[in-house]
Amino acid sequence: MSRDAAPAGPPAAGARWPIRTKDYDLFYGKTQALREVTLDFPEHAVTAIIGPSGCGKSTLLRSFNRMNDMIPGVRTQGSVTVSGLDVFGGGVDVVDLRRRVGMVFQRPNPFPKSIFDNAAFGLRMLGLKDRTEVEARVEESLRQAALWDEVKDRLQASALALSGGQQQRLCISRCLAVEPEIILMDEPASALDPTATARIEELVLDLKARYTLLVVTHNMQQAARISDRTVFMLSGRVVEYDETGRLFTSPREKLTEDYITGRFG
Amino acid sequence: MSSATLGVPRRPLDKTRRSDRAGGVFAGVSGLAAGIIVLMVAVIVGNIVWFGWDTVTWDFLTKAPSHGMTAGGIFPAIFGTVALVLLMVVALIPFGVGAAIYLHEYASPEGRFTKAVRFAVNNLAGVPSIVFGLFGLGFFIQFVGRGLDRAIGADVLWGQPALLWAALTLALLNLPVVIVTTEEALRAVPRSMREASLALGATRWQTVRHVLLPQALPGILTGAILSVSRGAGEVAPIMFTGAAYFLPYLPTSPTDQFMELGYHIFVLATQSPDVDATRPLLYGTVLVLLLLTFALNLAAVVIRGRLRARLLGRS
Repeated sequence: MSRDAAPAGPPAAGARWPIRTKDYDLFYGKTQALREVTLDFPEHAVTAIIGPSGCGKSTLLRSFNRMNDMIPGVRTQGSVTVSGLDVFGGGVDVVDLRRRVGMVFQRPNPFPKSIFDNAAFGLRMLGLKDRTEVEARVEESLRQAALWDEVKDRLQASALALSGGQQQRLCISRCLAVEPEIILMDEPASALDPTATARIEELVLDLKARYTLLVVTHNMQQAARISDRTVFMLSGRVVEYDETGRLFTSPREKLTEDYITGRFG
Repeated sequence: MSSATLGVPRRPLDKTRRSDRAGGVFAGVSGLAAGIIVLMVAVIVGNIVWFGWDTVTWDFLTKAPSHGMTAGGIFPAIFGTVALVLLMVVALIPFGVGAAIYLHEYASPEGRFTKAVRFAVNNLAGVPSIVFGLFGLGFFIQFVGRGLDRAIGADVLWGQPALLWAALTLALLNLPVVIVTTEEALRAVPRSMREASLALGATRWQTVRHVLLPQALPGILTGAILSVSRGAGEVAPIMFTGAAYFLPYLPTSPTDQFMELGYHIFVLATQSPDVDATRPLLYGTVLVLLLLTFALNLAAVVIRGRLRARLLGRS
């Protein structure tokens, strides 16, 4: 197993590869969940992270906005940088980091508040009080998430009254409203039906013009449809990282081939 | 199963029948127990309503006791009870909810201090209420009150039984209930809600304030309900700390003493110069206390129901 699954082509300097990890290890107590992960992710592109359950793909994703902090006994080694910022560095403001690195979860998790209040949540937490500006940015984010036309007449209705797919797009718009640079998506469509999944996938493709997206998925077809590059992980290690087309058509590693042809996982 | 039974041929049908019979007996006994409870409540409430109903008139509710407690009404006791309970809630809820937020959100679960706090809360819940009364007398009145008096050079202002000290003593008594129910309510908020909030760049406190507390509010109200109905009925903690046998005036300041329904019942039942004249008053007072507690509970249950409906998006 080659651990140095370097991206094809040298990463260009500066902002083109805003997310980097180097020899990154993560432990849950004594269990090692990530092993020597070294990856660079490109800007304004969709990178998919695939692998069987428990391979560490969600753990890796949650490292970029430090959501793993909530789990007691987590320890890390090596480095993770986001736009030049050392994520685990001493003076890092986690709150600020999370404003720059948004996240969408597996299950739609709108707050039990109105549609408007959900979309405005992040803005209000930032201290934005001006009513007209909040309204403008809520509308913009709902439009970006392709939800505006469906909810514009009932912004004060409870978000819980929406369908699962609409709820997930609301969660995406909630995340877009605070204008992050990077959006992490943890199996964003796995709890949705095929139609709703297709809409989320379209949305992901639209969003990459403005954002850098990392999408964890266990659905290989989905990875092939939406991503520019794909990471394949197994047992906490990166097995292969390449352009999506190449990884799925001519994988360099036997393990990758076995996984994408469905021999395990 | 012992090896001796191995040789015995099994008779599953017979066994089943026997366990069915046992089940029937158990159902009968437990049903009887449940029936006795209903009957007892019915007898108590029925008895009180039957003998108390005629006493509870407008005059009874709005007049003060007279003729050495053998005539007149109970308005001062109603007023005192409501004032006591309100003051208690004002002291109790912020303190209890704050402690629960700390325990749930900020304290390290394995830390020595956290464990000590939990140990204290659990033990506080087991302390008899009369001990709280004595503690209130010793700590609030003798120590805090007298200390205040010395500090401000007053003769006796704070260092005597008062509404404030009684309310604080009751608050202390109910603290474990509020802490435990609030923590339970916070724990019941799904982790995904906290994650969603933090991932949007909310601070920990913002997450508590705007996500966890609103969703925990129905549970917190449950704690408040329990403490209010208990607070309105407890006599022991207030006996030494502020309740008065009889007062010709209503309390207007937290340093005043007050009359209270539960204590008034105790007084009517044990201290009356004329038992026969007092009996209807006693029944009436008990009925009013029951109704008051019931009304407070009902109001809180209605509020809680509304909040819950709003959380579920049914408003």
